[in-house]
Amino acid sequence: MDLRYSDADEKFRQELRAWLAEAVPAHGAPPPYSDWEARRAHDTGWQRKLFDAGYAGINWPSAYGGRDASLTEQLVYYEEIARAQAPYIGVNFVGMLHGGPTLIAEGTDLQKEQHIPRILRGEEVWCQGFSEPGAGSDLASLQTRAERDGDHYLVSGHKIWTSFAQCADFCELLVRTNPDAPKHKGISWLVMPMDLDGIEIRPLPTLMGEGEFSEVFLENVRVPVENRVGEENDGWRVTNVTLRFERGTAFASEMYHLQQILAGMVELARRITRDDATAWEDRTLRREVGHLAAQLDALWAMVKLSVSETAKTGVPGLGASAIKLFYSGVYQQVGELGMRLLGRAALSREDVAGLPCQRTIGRAMQSLSLTIAAGTSQIQRNIIGERILGLPREPR
Amino acid sequence: MDFRLSEDQEALRDGVRSFCEGRVPVEMLRELEQKPGLDRALWSELAEMGVFGLRLSEDDGGVGLGMADAAVVFAELGRRLVPGPLAWSHLAAGLVEGAAQGSAVVGGLDLLGVLGGPHLVEHLESLDALLVLRPEGVFRIDPAHLEARTVAVPLDPLTPVHHVTRLPEGELVGTVEEARRLRLEGGALASAMLLGIAEATQELATEYAKGREQFGRPIGGFQSVKHMLADMFVRQEGAGAAVYAAGATLDDPGVGDVMRAVSAAKATAGEGALRNALACIQVHGGMGYTWEVPAHYYLKRSWVLENVFGTVGEHEERIAEILAAST
Repeated sequence: MDLRYSDADEKFRQELRAWLAEAVPAHGAPPPYSDWEARRAHDTGWQRKLFDAGYAGINWPSAYGGRDASLTEQLVYYEEIARAQAPYIGVNFVGMLHGGPTLIAEGTDLQKEQHIPRILRGEEVWCQGFSEPGAGSDLASLQTRAERDGDHYLVSGHKIWTSFAQCADFCELLVRTNPDAPKHKGISWLVMPMDLDGIEIRPLPTLMGEGEFSEVFLENVRVPVENRVGEENDGWRVTNVTLRFERGTAFASEMYHLQQILAGMVELARRITRDDATAWEDRTLRREVGHLAAQLDALWAMVKLSVSETAKTGVPGLGASAIKLFYSGVYQQVGELGMRLLGRAALSREDVAGLPCQRTIGRAMQSLSLTIAAGTSQIQRNIIGERILGLPREPR
Repeated sequence: MDFRLSEDQEALRDGVRSFCEGRVPVEMLRELEQKPGLDRALWSELAEMGVFGLRLSEDDGGVGLGMADAAVVFAELGRRLVPGPLAWSHLAAGLVEGAAQGSAVVGGLDLLGVLGGPHLVEHLESLDALLVLRPEGVFRIDPAHLEARTVAVPLDPLTPVHHVTRLPEGELVGTVEEARRLRLEGGALASAMLLGIAEATQELATEYAKGREQFGRPIGGFQSVKHMLADMFVRQEGAGAAVYAAGATLDDPGVGDVMRAVSAAKATAGEGALRNALACIQVHGGMGYTWEVPAHYYLKRSWVLENVFGTVGEHEERIAEILAAST
C-alpha cells in the first residue's frame, strides 16, 4: 500500500511540467465549437507538439512510436496535463483512444503502417460509427448492412452520435456482415474512409446547441475488404478490444481536473454575496464542497488502485465500471453546485457581472453526457451486478 | 507506487478474517448481547493476534507495523462487528500499561473537534482506564472516579454506554500534539471499521438477493435490486480507496496532506457504511426490519462509529477549510 512515486516518476514529472509550462500558453485558446476546421487545426496541432516532444501515445508501445511509459508515469502524465490545463484531446479522441490501439492489437501490418504513425502525429482524424438509432445500449443489435461485392463491401445504414464526423478522415465502423447469424456473431469492424461516395453527414446539435456529433447516413458506400480489422463476423470481439481501451485510463486527466474545477467553485463562492454574506459563509455549502472534495480524493485513490492492479495483471479490471459510475456522478454534482452558486446569473450563458457563466453552465450541461456515453450508468450497474457480484444476468 | 495490499497485508487480512469468522460468528453476537460486560478471553486473543500492539515497536513488545496495516486489521474487525473499545485500546498501546497486551482495557472520550451532545462513554464498566482528548492534551482518568449513569437501552446492543455527569480532570499523559495525533489515528481506525461495515452489508445483501425468490426468480435479477447492490459496491470501493489512502498517507506524510486524507476517509467511509447498512435492510424487505436478521447491528454500529473522532459533516467542513486555505 505504497502511494509514493519513484524518483524516476518525479524526474519525468519535472521534465513534463517544464515543457507544458511553455507549450500550453503558446498554443492559445481553443476556437469556437462550431468552427470544425479551426478545431481540427487546434487539436491536431497540439497532438503534433506532443509528438515532437516525445509525449504522444503515452501508453502506446514504443515499436509503434509511443512513449511506452510505465503506468505510474502515465498517472503523472494525466495529473500534469490536468494541472497545466493543456488542450483537451478533442478530435484526436477516437484515433488515439479507439482506432489506434485497436489496430495495434488487431490490425494487419499494412493497416498499422497506413494509420498508426499518422494518428500519432495528428495527421489523421477518426470518428466513431458504432451506435445506431435502434442500437444504443444494445449495440450488438446494429443493422447497418455490408454485402460483399468482389473485393469491396457495399455498406448501407444509419449511424448516430458520431463525434467529429465533419472533420474526420476515417471512421471505425461496425457493420452486419451476416444477418442470419445470432446478433453477436454477424458483425465486422471496418475502417471507412470518410471521403467515399454515399456518405451523408447531418449535424445533430446537443442540448448545448453545439455541433458535437452527427448522424451519418450510408448508402451503398464501397469500402475495400482489406479495410476490415479482424475476421469477417468476428467484429464483436474486436469491438470489445476497442472498448477495453476506453475503460482504462481514457478519462483520467478529466478526473484529476475536477479537483481544479472544484477549487474554482470555492473561489467563486467567496466572491458571490447572498444577503450580507458571501456564499462561502454558508456552512451547508461548505459541507457540500467538502463532501465533493472527499469524493474526488476517493476517486483518484481508486484510479491509483486500478492502475496498480493493471500494472500487475496487464488488463484494466472490471473495477473500471465502478470508477466510471463514481466519476460521472460526482461530476454532475459539481456541475449542479456551479448552477446554484451562479443563482440568477445562471439565466445568462454569457459571462455577466464578472461571473464565469459560460464555463460553469457549459460544464453543468456537458456533464449530463457522462452518465450516458460510453455505457450508460444503468449498463455499468448491470456489469457490476452480474460480472462482479454474480447476480442473474439480463436478457441479451 | 503500488497501492494494492502487499502480500504481507493480504496475509494479515486473511489471518484476522479467519480468526473473526471462527471466533466471532453472528450466533456469538447474539450471545454477547445477552450478557453485559466484555469477553475478556476474546480480548486477550485479539491482543495476542497483535490488534492493540500492532504499531508499537518490537522493542516495546509490539508488532512494529504501520497505519495502513492497522487499517487492514480494523476493516476486518468492523466487518465482523467485533465489540469493545478496539480503537481506543489500540491508541493506548504505549501510553497505558497493559493496553497492548490486552490486560488493560482502555476506552476514551474525544473532546476535541465539534462536541456532539452529552458525554456518553462506551464500554465504561469494562474499562481499566479512560483516555480523554482535550485541547490541553491527553488525560488519563480512573473510571472509578467518574460519576456516571448506566444507559439501560443503548442504541447498539453490543455497545453499552454510560452517561457521564462528572468528569474529573485526570492525569496529563500526553501533549496537545499527541492528542491531535491520536484523534487523527482514531479517525483512520474508525474509518477502517466503517469500511468493513460497508463491505459486509453489501455482501450480506447480495447473498440474500441471490437466494430470495419472488415472482419465480431471485430478486437480485431485478434491475431495481441489482442496481442498488451495484451502488453499494461502488460506495464500498470508494470507501476502501479513501481509507487505504489515509493509512498510506499517515505512514508516509510526504505523499499527501494527512488531515485531508483522514477526513476524506472518515467522510467517505462514514457515508458508505451508513448508506450500505440502510440499503442492506431494504434489500432484505420485511426480514430486514426484524431483530433476527443481523442487518440492524451494522446500521447501529455505523451510527456509533459516525459519532467518534468527528462526524461526516465535521470532516467535510474541515476538508472545505483545507481547500479554501490552498486556493
